[in-house]
Formats: sequence, structure tokens, C-alpha cells
Amino acid sequence: MAFAAFSTNAAPVEAAPKKRSWIAPFLLLPGLAYLSLFFLVPLIALLLTSFQATEFGPLGKEFVYAFQWENYVQAINEYMPHIGRSFFYSITATIFALLIGYPLAYLMGVTLRDFPMWKSLVLMLVIAPFFFSFLLRALAWKQLFADSGPVVGVLNMLGLFGPGDYLNGTDFSVIFGLTYTFIPFMTLPIYTSLDRLDIRYLEAAGDLYGKPATNFWKVTIPLSMPGIVSGTLLTFIPASGDYINASNMFLGSPSTAMIGNVIESNYLITQNFPIAAALSIALMAVILVAVSIYIRRSGTEDLL
Amino acid sequence: MKQQRELPKDPIVRDLVLKARRQQLTRRTLLAGTGGAAALAALAACSTGSDEPNGNTGLTPAEDLSDTQKTITWANWTLYLDEDDDANHPSLDQFVEKTGISVDYKEDIDGNNTFFAKIRDQLLLGQDTGYDTFCLTDWMVSRLVRGGLVQDLNAANIPNKKNLVDDLANPDFDPGRNKSIPWQGGFAGVAWNTEALPQGIKSLEDIWKPELKGKVTVLDELRDTIGLILMAQGVNISSNWGDNEFANAIDYLQQKVADNWVRRITGNSYTEDLERGDAIVSFAWSGDITMMNYELGYDKYAFALPDSGGTLWTDTFSVPMGSPHKKNVETMINHYYEPEVAAEVALWVNYITPVLGAKEFALEMDEEVAENQLIFPSDETLSQAHIFRSLTDEEDSRYNEQFQKIVLGA
Repeated sequence: MAFAAFSTNAAPVEAAPKKRSWIAPFLLLPGLAYLSLFFLVPLIALLLTSFQATEFGPLGKEFVYAFQWENYVQAINEYMPHIGRSFFYSITATIFALLIGYPLAYLMGVTLRDFPMWKSLVLMLVIAPFFFSFLLRALAWKQLFADSGPVVGVLNMLGLFGPGDYLNGTDFSVIFGLTYTFIPFMTLPIYTSLDRLDIRYLEAAGDLYGKPATNFWKVTIPLSMPGIVSGTLLTFIPASGDYINASNMFLGSPSTAMIGNVIESNYLITQNFPIAAALSIALMAVILVAVSIYIRRSGTEDLL
Repeated sequence: MKQQRELPKDPIVRDLVLKARRQQLTRRTLLAGTGGAAALAALAACSTGSDEPNGNTGLTPAEDLSDTQKTITWANWTLYLDEDDDANHPSLDQFVEKTGISVDYKEDIDGNNTFFAKIRDQLLLGQDTGYDTFCLTDWMVSRLVRGGLVQDLNAANIPNKKNLVDDLANPDFDPGRNKSIPWQGGFAGVAWNTEALPQGIKSLEDIWKPELKGKVTVLDELRDTIGLILMAQGVNISSNWGDNEFANAIDYLQQKVADNWVRRITGNSYTEDLERGDAIVSFAWSGDITMMNYELGYDKYAFALPDSGGTLWTDTFSVPMGSPHKKNVETMINHYYEPEVAAEVALWVNYITPVLGAKEFALEMDEEVAENQLIFPSDETLSQAHIFRSLTDEEDSRYNEQFQKIVLGA
């Protein structure tokens, strides 16, 4: 028993001799087929589209296969402000979601560890928003932030807001919407890593005269790092491509358009398929680079 | 190169030979592709079915199976057909009962461009888009007609076509209405909340007052928003204006958006912005405002055509080449061209019906609504509204791009 505390760091059990079996590849087949059909093929199609040239035929725009890499230059030049705004919004939202999500996860995973009923209750509350449609929730916030709604009313009463001030369609409302949407995605991974945190490490740190704050920074945070990394990725990646919160129909306005809105407009309205595809690929590339730098910096490559 | 043999005289055999040749052509193009592209093309070919057309022109209508398949799939905009409390459509139920043709009515259109983008690939190949008919706005229908993407309608199946109002009988894109026929029309003008703005809006300049800053929305339909601005700048939108006039209108809108005077650029959801108080003034479609007031029970919102004029548009039936139920659709159009049925629909949707004689029936059903200028406009009202001129594909694309840049705040 005395050695149980070290069990997580113990050397892995010697791997069993490899058996040749057809079952494993066979079981993988549906997954691989799914991935290649619904991810790989569309990705290649997207890549090919991004290099297409636009021509005017008898029916309006037509797209022909070409190697028009200028699409990328044009797309990025034209929509640089939107790309910048997207990352500004998504990074800000990720930071806020972390500041809100971490204490929640700590509450569930550590503080309420001995009170399973309370713990489940908080967990339920974190998951509860998923029971309602995402669109419905965004519309509900739009209603709450309305000029004649309760939030603006209170701000007016406190004298913080003048007659010309409003919330809907501002940077604030979009960042708020993004943060709100992704809090559960941040909280749950952190919770799972904090839930496994061995309290005896903290006790040991205390025995070594560590102050609570030092213990938190030196022990709890590093041990929950896997959760933080996956939580921030689950928030940052979809938030950068989000186009619902920032759209005119929900919490946004023309001045808050994100890259997702630009792609949507280029696909569905102006039907500039090559530009939309180039933007999608560029967004993917930027996120990929940003994420790999982040993972390297946070020292959690071995997690992936 | 092998000499192509002369085509047989018999029309059926001739058609078969042509189809077979096209098949060969597509096989050849398939073989020409290499690597991933070939695999992709093969995948794409899976979905294209057997009736491969040659390029984008020369599409032929699908075989009409109306006599055996008594169904129609009809796409329309939201709140665009009479509806009772149980979400049934009485006028449509009447038709189903009378003819035995079942109708799958779908409120799938939320924008001309977005709807076109969704069905584009099937439409251009002449395949079944999943819809037998849809009611897109006339400028989009003109593009479909020009591109040869819609079927000829058989006037013999639509005897009630005689009830079509004269003004709409001969548009430049389809004289005689052989490929399209109007569903409903309406105005785009300016709506406002009469409680917040009792003095109302007379001209576009009235909107840009300090107290309305950030309380204005405009429509995301280029022809309506830019049309209203062009008219305020003294341009006759039906005449042959050009790039300079358009650039002036775009600059005007750009300025109002950059100054945060215009809060949002939306489709139908401006009605929610008005209700929520986020907007006091909106560029709006006539029927929506009548509907909002009806739901409230009093006239909280007012709608007017600015003194420089409003736009007039028509949403129009057409049958895509790939639909095998054209005759069913024609039967249904005939039903909706009965003045009594048209009156029933007009009183509910609050837009302008293109059917002559509907007003008389409407007066019997609901005198007050039938006197509403927005539903049964007089000649005087109609003279204040104008139709946005047809744009060439190149203009349409260029103008739309500039307009979308503003929507995206660039």
C-alpha cells in the first residue's frame, strides 16, 4: 500500500507479445472509412476548390480547375481585419472561459470530492445548457441584451450607460456569446484531470511548508495541465471559426464579422467558392501552427 | 478522330443516341483525370445519375411522371401561405382534396442567393433538385430563365392564367409568361416604431438624426437596400443607371454603417430587432409590418414608401428542368389563380396578389384588410414603387461583392 502513491509513475507493464490478429484492423475499418469519406475527400475537394479560377459563362460564375494560388493572396489581403478580429475574439473568449471554468472544475473535482451529491449537482448545472439548442441560447442572450432589455436597463439606471449606448452587436456581446458557449467545453476536461488529482501530493507539499498559493501554482496547476490544454483547444479552435455568435442575426453586427461569417458569405451569397475555400484552408493552417506552438510551449506534447 | 454519324430522324431514337453520346463523353473526361482528382470525379459521378447533360446549356426537361406520381415538393419563404392555428394550410388542403395530389410544402427559402447556392449543382446539371417548384424573386428567376434552367409551362393546364394582372404579364425576361408565373409581390420601404418615433419617416434623410444613431437596420437584399438609397439620390432604378450611380449608393451606405448609424444588416429578422427595441427604424418589407401589427392587435409599427419611392418585387413560380412533376405544379398554379383562393392567401400573407378579381372576394371576406394599400394597392400607390432594373451576371456578381463587403463591415 505504501507504494500505491507512486503507482502512476511506475514503469509500464511489459507489453504482451504481439499477436497477429485480423480483428483489430477489421474493427478499425468503419472508422477509417468514415474518416476518409467524410473528412479526407472533402478536404481534398476543398483544397482543389481553393485553387480554382472563376470564369463567367452563360449561367453566371463558373469555376474551372487551375493552379491559381493568387486566391490565397487575395483572400488574406482582403480579409485581414476579419482574421485578426477572429483571433482577438477567440483568444479573449478562451481566457475568460478558463478564468470561469477552472474554479468550477476545481469546485467539482477537489472541493466537493467527498460530497458526491453536490458534485453531481454542479456537474449537471455545467452540462445543463446542452439540453437547449445552441441557437436558442444565442437568441435568448440577444433578447436579454436588447436595448429595452434588463441588462441595458440596469446599466442605464446605474448611470453607466447613456441614451446612445447599447450592447447587442458590439465586441462585448460577441465575446460574451463565445465565452458562454464554450464554458462547458473548457470546464469538463479540466474537471476530469482535477478529479484524478491525488490529494496526497497537496498534503505532501503542505508538509514541506509550502503555502497554499505556492502549492496551487507548483502542484495543482502542473498536474491539471493536460485538462487545461485540451480545454483551451476545445474552446479556441471552434471559437475562431464560429459564425453564429458574430452574425447579424444573433449577437453581432457588420462591425463584428468574424472569419466564419466571411466564409459563409463567400460560399452562400457571393458564391466565390475559391476564395471561401482558400480562407477555410488558411484558417485551418493558422490554427494548426498556433496550436502546435502552444502545445510545445506548454510541454504537453506527450499527451498527443 | 472518328467521324460522327448522322443522327437518326425519329425523335425518340435521336434523343437516345444523343444521351448515349453524352455518356461516352463523360466517361472520357473521367478517364482523363488522374490521381485524387479522378477519385473525386468518380465520387461526384456517383451522385449525378444517368442523365448526364453536356455542359451547362442544352438541358432537356425531365420526363413528366405527373400522371402516376401525384406529388409536388414546393419551396417557399416563411409565412408566405395561409395557415390556421393547427399549422395547416387551408388553401393547400383544398387543392389536395380536390385533385388528390399531395403537396410537401417547405419553407426552405431564406434568401435568393443562399437558396440558389444550395441547389446550384443539381440545377446546372438539369437533375432533380428535390423541389418541383420554388418561388424565388423575379431577378433570380430571370437568371434561371436566361440560363435555360427551367421548364416551359403548358398554358393549357393553367386556364386561370387569364387572371394574371397585365402589369406582370410580359416581363423582359419572359414575355408571355411561358416559363414563370408570379406568386406574390410586395414593397420594400421604411418601417418605424410609432411609439418611439411619433413624427414618422417621410424621406430617407429623416433617418439620420442623432437620436436614431445605432437604431437603424437595413435589408440584406441588395436590390431593396441599394434601390431605396438610389431613389433617394434621385436615380430612377428602372432606368439604365450604371457603375457611378451604384458607387454613390454604396458610399452612402458604407458611411452610415461605418458611423454605426446602421446597427444591423438582416433579412426577415429585422422584425425581431424592432420588437426588441434594438431598432426604431428599419428598411422593411410591407407584409411583415402588417403581420406584426396584426399579432399585436394595434398599429404599433408603421410602414411607408419614402417620398423618393420604394421598390416593388415579385416572387415567382418556376419549375426546374429536373422536376418530373411539372403537370402537377401547373394544376396547383391554376388552383392559386382562382380569384377566391388568391384572396384567401392575400388576406393572410398580407402581400400583393397578382390575381385579377381577388380584391372583390377579399372585400367580402374582410373589408378592412382589403382596403389596405399595401395588400391591394391603388394605381397611385403603385406609381410610387419601382422595379430594380435587371443586372447582367457580371454586374450582379460585382455589385453583390461590394454590398457584401459592407455587410461584413469591411
